[in-house]
Amino acid sequence: MTDTALVDAIICAASEAWRNDGEVLATGIGIVPRLAASLAKLTCNPDLMMTDSEAWMVAEPVPLGPRGDYVMRRESHMGFARIFDNVWGGKRHAMVGPTQMDRYGQANISMIGTDYRKPKVQMLGVRGFPGNSFNHANSFFIPNHGTKVFVAGEVDMVASVGYNPARLARGWRLDDIDIRLVLTNLCVMDFGGPDHQLQLRSLHAGVTLEQVQQATGFPLHVPASVPSTPAPTAEQLALLARLDPHGLRAGVFGA
Amino acid sequence: MNKLVGAGDVIAQLRDGMTIGIGGWGPRRKPMALVRELLRSPLRDLTVVAYGGADVGMLCAAGKVRKLIFAFVSLDFIPLEPYFRAARQSGALEVMEIDEGLLLLGLKAAAMRIPFIPTRTGLGTDVIKHNPDIRLVDSPYDERQWLAMPALPLDAALLHVDRADARGVCQVKGPDLYMDDVFARAASRTYVSCDELVEPQFFEQDEEARYVFWERAETTGVVHLPCGAHPSSCAPLYGFDVKHFREYTASAKEADGWAKYYERYIACSEVEYLQRVGGEAAVKKLPLPVF
Repeated sequence: MTDTALVDAIICAASEAWRNDGEVLATGIGIVPRLAASLAKLTCNPDLMMTDSEAWMVAEPVPLGPRGDYVMRRESHMGFARIFDNVWGGKRHAMVGPTQMDRYGQANISMIGTDYRKPKVQMLGVRGFPGNSFNHANSFFIPNHGTKVFVAGEVDMVASVGYNPARLARGWRLDDIDIRLVLTNLCVMDFGGPDHQLQLRSLHAGVTLEQVQQATGFPLHVPASVPSTPAPTAEQLALLARLDPHGLRAGVFGA
Repeated sequence: MNKLVGAGDVIAQLRDGMTIGIGGWGPRRKPMALVRELLRSPLRDLTVVAYGGADVGMLCAAGKVRKLIFAFVSLDFIPLEPYFRAARQSGALEVMEIDEGLLLLGLKAAAMRIPFIPTRTGLGTDVIKHNPDIRLVDSPYDERQWLAMPALPLDAALLHVDRADARGVCQVKGPDLYMDDVFARAASRTYVSCDELVEPQFFEQDEEARYVFWERAETTGVVHLPCGAHPSSCAPLYGFDVKHFREYTASAKEADGWAKYYERYIACSEVEYLQRVGGEAAVKKLPLPVF
């Protein structure tokens, strides 16, 4: 499978994350999540709200990259302070790309290493992960499925809460946390296994179950039947061509 | 009332060990000319509170920061800020690393003169583990524990705006305020640099007053510094300087990169700085970013 065919299939699978959400703010950080959210709004969930990735809510998804004479259809202001108001109210479903994830769905974009005071690798900082993870639904896209990302044990810095009962404050339940889809270059997963175990939902074309398990640093729940990730439809491909006129998605895997 | 001061006067009013808030977000509307003035000064041991970009990176590179209160430090289109990374990875930097929204709540609490704001944000994360000062509290109204985000009062805030008058009425016409209003309210003293200095009557025209987001009583001093946000953006007046940020980032890969950058762009007057980055007209032509 070519990189473009793979990324197109992942975007279409990722767009399913928002299908049953109704009227929430769909936020996709990065090329694949943003195209997935845009595709969802144009296909399975037209009620989604969306921003221009800067400061405005828009009536239709904004194409990626230089826009020529395209004029944004603004529908309201949506600056950062208001994004927080929206986050705290819970009417949002974000898809983001962590550097590490563990068996609980705890995610990290802050730092790598065992000494927090002196990181081996300093990354961005926790950004909005703590707030997103405890306030609304979250999905994840990880372009390089491997044991460095899906780590044994816990992530080096828990930026994003997951289904870890040991970390719940008094009075809270695991049901207060809402992790949806986890998409990688190998497969689609969710935390719907027994006791919120990460489980396989579909394998991308040409990928084996063994490959996925070997690339995951903890046991994965595998249901009785695991379908293949569907190939995009002609309609979806046409929409993607419109949403990504410069073909930026072809470079997602570093090609 | 006249609050006009020079950048040097602003820095002269700051002291070692102070907690300084810096407005803007990543590579956007940072008070970079004031930051450069701070870099030229002997001030040290600062606690810096910011949605960080090159402001934080430069202050780290110059050894000005004792403690950083932050959610991220990034140039966005260049995700990882090189001098902040180096400072963290050297183990020299004390940090309070919190969620973007927690930072806002801490500033709001300070602005509202209350000790904390309860929230669910941060529960279950290592933000609590690494910040023992952040406590969990029982609610008087339910059976749950909540995170009590402590107030983050600032000794001073440094901000950059599009326009201001000498009384301290400030205008931001860009699409986002980046919490600058809350920084102004959380600070004992707020110093604002402006691209354009206007007469008070300016705000009486049309809808101009609609773009004023805090009261002039929150503004302590106004510094007229055209292009004072460069190399960060000040939309809609100018975008961020991609070329300059790339040069700045590349400098971190050289052994004495910071010293060279400092020599060329900091160890000079702001007039010379503007010449060295191509002049005011060139800055005003920097395109706004497309996302």
